[in-house]
Amino acid sequence: MLRTTSTLRAVTATITALLTTAALTSCGTTAASGPEPTQEQTSLGKTEGSVSILAWPGYVEDGSNDPTVDWVSDFETKTGCTVTSKTYGTSDEAINLMKTGDYDVVAASGDATLRLIAGGEVTPVNTDLIPSYAGIFDFLKNQAWNSVDGKAYGVPHGYGANLLMYNTDVVTPPPTSWSVVFDDASQYAGKVTAYDSPIYIADAALYLMTHKPELGIKNPYALDDTQLAAAVDLLKAQRPNVGEYWSDYLKEIQSFTSGDSVVGTTWQVIQNSLAKEGVKTAVVLPEEGATGWSDTWMISSKAKSPNCSYAWLDWIASPEVNAKATAYFGEAPSSQEACTFRDDCEAFHAGDAEYASKIWYWTTPVAKCVDGRTDVTCTDYAKWTAAWQEIKG
Amino acid sequence: MTTAPSAGMTRRSAAYLATHPRVRLALILSAPLTWLALVYVVALALLLVTALWTVDGFTGQISPTWTLDNLRTVVTGALYRTVTLRTVGVALLVTVIDVVIALPIAFYMAKVASPRAQRLLVIAVLMPLWASYLVKAYAWRSVLSQDGLLNWLVAPVGLQGPGYGLPATVITLSYLWLPYVILPIYAGLEKVPNSLLEASADLGAPPWRTLSSVVLPLALPAIIAGTIFSFSLSLGDYITVTIVGGTSQMLGNLVYTNVGAANNLPLAAAIALVPIVIIFGYLALVRRTGALDNL
Repeated sequence: MLRTTSTLRAVTATITALLTTAALTSCGTTAASGPEPTQEQTSLGKTEGSVSILAWPGYVEDGSNDPTVDWVSDFETKTGCTVTSKTYGTSDEAINLMKTGDYDVVAASGDATLRLIAGGEVTPVNTDLIPSYAGIFDFLKNQAWNSVDGKAYGVPHGYGANLLMYNTDVVTPPPTSWSVVFDDASQYAGKVTAYDSPIYIADAALYLMTHKPELGIKNPYALDDTQLAAAVDLLKAQRPNVGEYWSDYLKEIQSFTSGDSVVGTTWQVIQNSLAKEGVKTAVVLPEEGATGWSDTWMISSKAKSPNCSYAWLDWIASPEVNAKATAYFGEAPSSQEACTFRDDCEAFHAGDAEYASKIWYWTTPVAKCVDGRTDVTCTDYAKWTAAWQEIKG
Repeated sequence: MTTAPSAGMTRRSAAYLATHPRVRLALILSAPLTWLALVYVVALALLLVTALWTVDGFTGQISPTWTLDNLRTVVTGALYRTVTLRTVGVALLVTVIDVVIALPIAFYMAKVASPRAQRLLVIAVLMPLWASYLVKAYAWRSVLSQDGLLNWLVAPVGLQGPGYGLPATVITLSYLWLPYVILPIYAGLEKVPNSLLEASADLGAPPWRTLSSVVLPLALPAIIAGTIFSFSLSLGDYITVTIVGGTSQMLGNLVYTNVGAANNLPLAAAIALVPIVIIFGYLALVRRTGALDNL
């Protein structure tokens, strides 16, 4: 039995070690840094020779992942700024990494930008110093998620909508409203899917804007306590009909291919992949509109290479590079000219202002209501996260 | 070949160590003990301390002001109670299933199979461990899917697979942890002398009596070692449930979303204390049964 004793001890020791390793990794604390007012640059100097970039996967490709996908090498040759890049998986990870001050430039989604600005991690950008800025679609400039008090905090990169996807064999007639995943979801019980993130609460709020006008929701990212409670109730009623939530887009492709999901939120890029494989799905921008994302290139307030950073912002917004980068990721480009370098602009409705106006771009919910109300306090992202966990139960 | 002085050094220190067993022991143990203290004790303490801190909602910074709010939230929140019960239920079910499957396999391997078959079986049991955890979980995702293998198999008899959800999670976890349960039980059964089984038979005991009065009591510590594996591994798992669990979430998922999406490390730390407390409780329970004393 002696051997079993040692086995048991080894087992216990291994388990405790594993548990604590897991614990240790969750214990990192970040250095405190308060918001400091920073001034935008007024002129450009000589480039510094290097620039460090933090971005979503697929945004900064230098050919090391795929030799044919490279828009960094030419930048390095042209400007003499060597690029080092790091990718992140979630907006929250991006915020934590920006706090280290190790990065000059960041590509952030709307659910991160306001938090970066509020935390003083990024600085206003002087768009006059960025020639490519002029060509960018007007409906992407000076929006709630990329500027504060009329000051631009970055350059738009690409955008897309969270569309409604359905299996054309199973879901008939073709839906035109989000009600198919909310009030009428029970007819597809167990086969509805939804995006697994607190920001999905905005999709429910958007639905309530049309279907429960008495709640007075003007912006799905500005919800007071009553409005949030209504959205949470809607999502709780939806949950029994949901087969699974998705956050990894490959997981959704698979579940639509196998028939485990037949209706739910999606991205255009997912529909494109499914269509290529011959799966019978279609997407629609429902009559209520949709939520979506619009990413922004921002410059750190602690940037060590501001001139190289401006050079990068100009480079990535230039039509040909923007076309390459947004096509690789699967989203609409930020300028009309970029479409001359892409043949799939139509599929992404690039430049269609009418289509774009139906999209409520991801914005961080903050206590100071983003719809301009001052008589109430809005629910912030922390409350949304708690609510989301409660919805999933 | 080293030079003379250093060779002399080596010999002198070797001679010193040979005559001072305590120094020798200290040198051997200092590295692993330091590691254990750093990774185990310090990390656990940090976890406890973080759970007592709070996070600034606006800037997302952790502010080290003492508060019991996180612990209170975890203890009183209905959400955490539901998820804890669900997680413990899944872990217990996985453990029971694994023990029921592992016992006959381990017994066959240890007592019945020929030495050659025994070696082959050990390899067969170890084989799944060579494949990545993720590959196996995704394999089960495709097996359990709507048009997957399982539905295809049971369709002729008019049945339907469980689909994604808690049953799928239990099935997948039982599969994943089975080798960890079989191996300790097999090792424990191998230690049971054949002479005892023969003696029991000679004294007229039928097989089931030999099994329940001789084999099981002797193998109990090994079985408990196996259950500790499957129970604790299930308790901390959050990946399988995301892959095949449908909409369900377990304690690990709550920790994960609080670290990732919510950026609330203190609350995540407070939630992480729940499985630690449960495992300590389980070990205490195992101790009370006396199984640990028999070792």
